[in-house]
Amino acid sequence: MSIKVKELAKNFGQQKAVGGISFEAKPGRILGFLGPNGAGKSTTMKMLTGYLVPSSGDAEICGKSILTDELAVKRAIGYLPENTPLYLDMYVREFLSFVAQTYQIENLAHRVEEVIKQVGLTPEQHKKIGMLSKGYKQRIGLAQAIIHQPQVLILDEPTSGLDPNQLTDIRALIKNLGQDKTVILSTHIMQEVEAICDDVIIINKGKLVANASLAELKKTHASQSLEEIFKKLTLI
Amino acid sequence: MYAVFKRELFSFLNSLMAYITIGIFLLACALLLWFFPDTSILDYGYAELSSFFNLAPFLFMFLIPAITMRSFAEERREGTYVLLATRPLSDLQIILAKYFACVVLLFFALIPTLVYYYSIYELGYPKGNIDTGAVIGSYLGLFLLGKAFTAIGIFASSITKNQVIAFAVAVFLCFFTYSGFDSISKVFELQYLGTVLVNLGINEHYQSISRGVLDTRDLIYFISFVLLFLGLTKLAIGGRKW
Repeated sequence: MSIKVKELAKNFGQQKAVGGISFEAKPGRILGFLGPNGAGKSTTMKMLTGYLVPSSGDAEICGKSILTDELAVKRAIGYLPENTPLYLDMYVREFLSFVAQTYQIENLAHRVEEVIKQVGLTPEQHKKIGMLSKGYKQRIGLAQAIIHQPQVLILDEPTSGLDPNQLTDIRALIKNLGQDKTVILSTHIMQEVEAICDDVIIINKGKLVANASLAELKKTHASQSLEEIFKKLTLI
Repeated sequence: MYAVFKRELFSFLNSLMAYITIGIFLLACALLLWFFPDTSILDYGYAELSSFFNLAPFLFMFLIPAITMRSFAEERREGTYVLLATRPLSDLQIILAKYFACVVLLFFALIPTLVYYYSIYELGYPKGNIDTGAVIGSYLGLFLLGKAFTAIGIFASSITKNQVIAFAVAVFLCFFTYSGFDSISKVFELQYLGTVLVNLGINEHYQSISRGVLDTRDLIYFISFVLLFLGLTKLAIGGRKW
């Protein structure tokens, strides 16, 4: 069991962003993390990656607690933050080497080369990040998340703002990565979930409203469209 | 941690900003020491560098905040801090990496001023008539003072998203800790509180090291000063309330 979330909660002052959610994610499966804007998806992901400290509750990543074993957890996770922040003044290779160095990866140059090929950055590899289009920036974001070969991938809206060709590429890449890793990805595109996810979690206003495999979810709600299920569960 | 340090330093060296601020610092130093008659060493007539070491802290008050202001403020504004915070690094390691990158840059800014020492050495009569011990002590003092100012600058940068605010806060705090305590202590002259206040200020310890006397009390003062401000930075960063 590589991700195990137990009653995780986060308050910002008076406001409850995430109110005690629990779920599990298994290796070799892709988990779609859905919910309307402001439901607490990004906050949950930020807590799992050790960026925010939870107000209460705990989560285990590969058997290590995010509260007590912070550094080991960070080493096991690859994270693509929302809006893909990057150092725009750095060159593609320079940035990826920098990221690789923070994980003290052996055989660094080789690994950077490999990742550049894997995400399809080869034609742009000598450019400055600031000069690249949104699609290529997104690929760099993905590259920096997988460079240390993490067991767990947490991707916050990995396909927002991509054109249809890039969408197919990135989805294929995520699907490929999901074969031996645990992947959590958040998205607003329901077709994407149907295309690549095995399990689905829906949260609304910081509360869990659905947690099942894609097929099960369709069966229990007697509906073929995920969109309808999503609306039914979150428009209450 | 070394990777972050290297990135910070290279991003300074790759940007024009660092060269311009250091260039302006050196230009101001040169003008004040060799051209403007009020502060000129040549008009002063003695072969010593004390006017440089009296002037440098005031130039540092602007140079150092200009170097440090972007370190955290920019990352907060661009949202890139998450790129560092989700690596297997502790907050303290990130702060130290940024701090030492700024200190190294400060060191680069100081190196060209060694020319002044050589000039005075050549100009002295007889040649070489300069108190080298005092110069070494003063440089050490200046470097420690620079480190203290850098810690202030890093802290100021961590409390805001706005680089201009970070700069202004850092300039004020540098000025206040350097000479503010001295001025306030004058109110309590000849009282115990007055002595305490003088000893809290940087100036007192800077002057003491500049005399060429290396007192452990002064060293401990500077080290705890730096630790205090880096500790405050850790508090400001730790909450991530942005």
